[in-house]
Amino acid sequence: MTTVIDVANVNKTFKLHYERNQSLKERLLHPRSGRTEIFQALQDISFTVDAGETVGIVGHNGSGKSTLLKCICGVLQPTSGSISLRGNLAALLELGAGFQVELSGRDNVYLYGTMLGFSKKRIEQIFDEIVAFSEIEHFIDTQVKFYSSGMYVRLAFAVAVNVNPDILVVDEVLAVGDERFQAKCIDRIRRFQQEGRAILLVTHSADQVRALCDRAVVLDGGKMLANGDVADSLRIFRDALMQETIAHQTEGEAASIVVDAVTTPNGSFDVATGAAMRFDVQLTSETAYSGNFVMEIYSRDGVLICRTDRQGSPVNLRPGVNVVSVELPNVPLLDGVFDINVGIVDERGSNVKAWSEKVATMQVTYGGREGGLVELGALIRQQ
Amino acid sequence: MDDAASAPHHIASLADAPVRVVSARIGLGARLSNLWGRRELLRNLIASDIRIQYKGSVLGIVWSMLSPAFTLAIFDLVFSIFLKNGIPNFVIYLFAGLIVWNMFFAGVMSATSVIVDRAGLVKKVSFPREILPLSNVGSAVVYFVIQLGVLLLFCGALGHAPDWHFFLVLPVTFACLYFFTAALAIVMSALTVYLRDLKHLTAVALQLWFYLTPVVYSYENSLAPALHKHGLATLYFLNPITLIVLTFQRTFYVSSTVLSTVTHQPLNLLPTWSLGQYFERNLACLGAMIVLFLIALAIFGRLEGNFESEL
Repeated sequence: MTTVIDVANVNKTFKLHYERNQSLKERLLHPRSGRTEIFQALQDISFTVDAGETVGIVGHNGSGKSTLLKCICGVLQPTSGSISLRGNLAALLELGAGFQVELSGRDNVYLYGTMLGFSKKRIEQIFDEIVAFSEIEHFIDTQVKFYSSGMYVRLAFAVAVNVNPDILVVDEVLAVGDERFQAKCIDRIRRFQQEGRAILLVTHSADQVRALCDRAVVLDGGKMLANGDVADSLRIFRDALMQETIAHQTEGEAASIVVDAVTTPNGSFDVATGAAMRFDVQLTSETAYSGNFVMEIYSRDGVLICRTDRQGSPVNLRPGVNVVSVELPNVPLLDGVFDINVGIVDERGSNVKAWSEKVATMQVTYGGREGGLVELGALIRQQ
Repeated sequence: MDDAASAPHHIASLADAPVRVVSARIGLGARLSNLWGRRELLRNLIASDIRIQYKGSVLGIVWSMLSPAFTLAIFDLVFSIFLKNGIPNFVIYLFAGLIVWNMFFAGVMSATSVIVDRAGLVKKVSFPREILPLSNVGSAVVYFVIQLGVLLLFCGALGHAPDWHFFLVLPVTFACLYFFTAALAIVMSALTVYLRDLKHLTAVALQLWFYLTPVVYSYENSLAPALHKHGLATLYFLNPITLIVLTFQRTFYVSSTVLSTVTHQPLNLLPTWSLGQYFERNLACLGAMIVLFLIALAIFGRLEGNFESEL
């Protein structure tokens, strides 16, 4: 495979100014005033992306995701280390950043396209496609300042994806437009994947990474925590998030809760479609804790089958070992292998206290003839 | 789909694609080749610059001629009629110098704040940043060409023939003007990111600079004798705009010595250099300006690394 992005030992430091002296007078009068501090935004990041791969970059706010992306796109220069790119790159760091609101949509397509590094000829060839994709045919000759925000981002997205770059870099911009347009964007990204183009996707959403990416890179505090299989990386990501949450908590409630194991009464995780199933989740808690219990079931290709109430179901944990049981009266899944994630969140469902990804794997066998993920028991008759 | 069918082909061609390296520092050669590679963006930026400038105004691009025309009329009125400088056809002399100054002024002045003004773009889209100040200089060139056309019309209307031999020198002179304006525009645009005062300071400095350049007065007729006596003439010519303005005046106004319309005495207006001397000087100037331009690019390269954290 051809490596299209090679990030080698990249470091990026910022100088933080505590008092900005930007006027000449202040600089002359107080040449040394204002403290500065070195902030290391990226520390020794190395990874590669091959053609045809879709890699997700996950990390919470301030983890260095956007800095890394900006370095890859060339908006920022790394302080040390190097990034090698092969082929054309189109970056969607902020949709429509290059738009001139005084100009018409048509002029902006050309301006933005050349800004992304594509020739005028290339843009002429695909101009109609861009307009059709953005769905603003009637307004293409209207000044962009009269566009709604939805039209604005749709046009920008349409330019970036239709110029067919070899590498597409997307920073949390998939949340544009209505649901139908989003589906169209996801569809286009999938087509990119089939065509063997590389995609680098930055997102907060673990679901999106599961659905689109082949691999995930986890950043935390400027350091790379993981680079590998999506499920493994997401587990590390959640662990890191949790340590942070625990570290942020005040002394009194710094309850440490650990998911020890998930077992079934008969020791087997095999189940037939329609049969009942029961899991016993063993948790060890340091202190008494009243919170909520959450469980997720994922298919092997990363589709979330079910998440129990997001707020969770209330549980009162005692100090020591606790067992929470989950009963599924009749498993409606068709045959396949399903991963189970469990965790404890606080009463409002906003802070994760304990989380364990892929803590168990369930194998479903199905004797019937329905295909897909769930058994609906459809009855088909001619009336 | 066509594209999907060509996927394997696409990947094969990708293996041969050149590798670009984003590293801490870009060399001058790479910088120049990047700029050349993005000339289409430069052209587009210039076009949109000009279109935006006059968008929604009734007279549109006519303003680019009207406003210099008013300046021209006012200077002509003040110097030729009120102050009676006695230069015949003063309007041609004035216009020849003024188009040079207008380009220099417009290029430097608009480029000074361009990086700060377009921070949103600079922080979000990757392209060689020098293109922004260069696009300002580019629009100044467009207005320069329009004004040059008007100047020729003026010459025709007043029955004043330019010295056509000097049109051989003008391309070199224009290149001097371009590289000097571009060099200054590039450096100022980057410095203003760190020192926001420069925007105002530049406006003041350019005003002074205008009077250090023989546009509204004649160097030979005013400062030359005094400066020559003290051997300071070289100092005056350190201002590259002076040589450029003199060459344009020599080309369009032609006469180095004229009879004053007031005193009827001979007036020395322009240096009495030959065509060859003008050519030599302009060529030397061009060499210096190209070096200056490269230095400006190098300075810009040093400064652009911290744009993100300063904007």
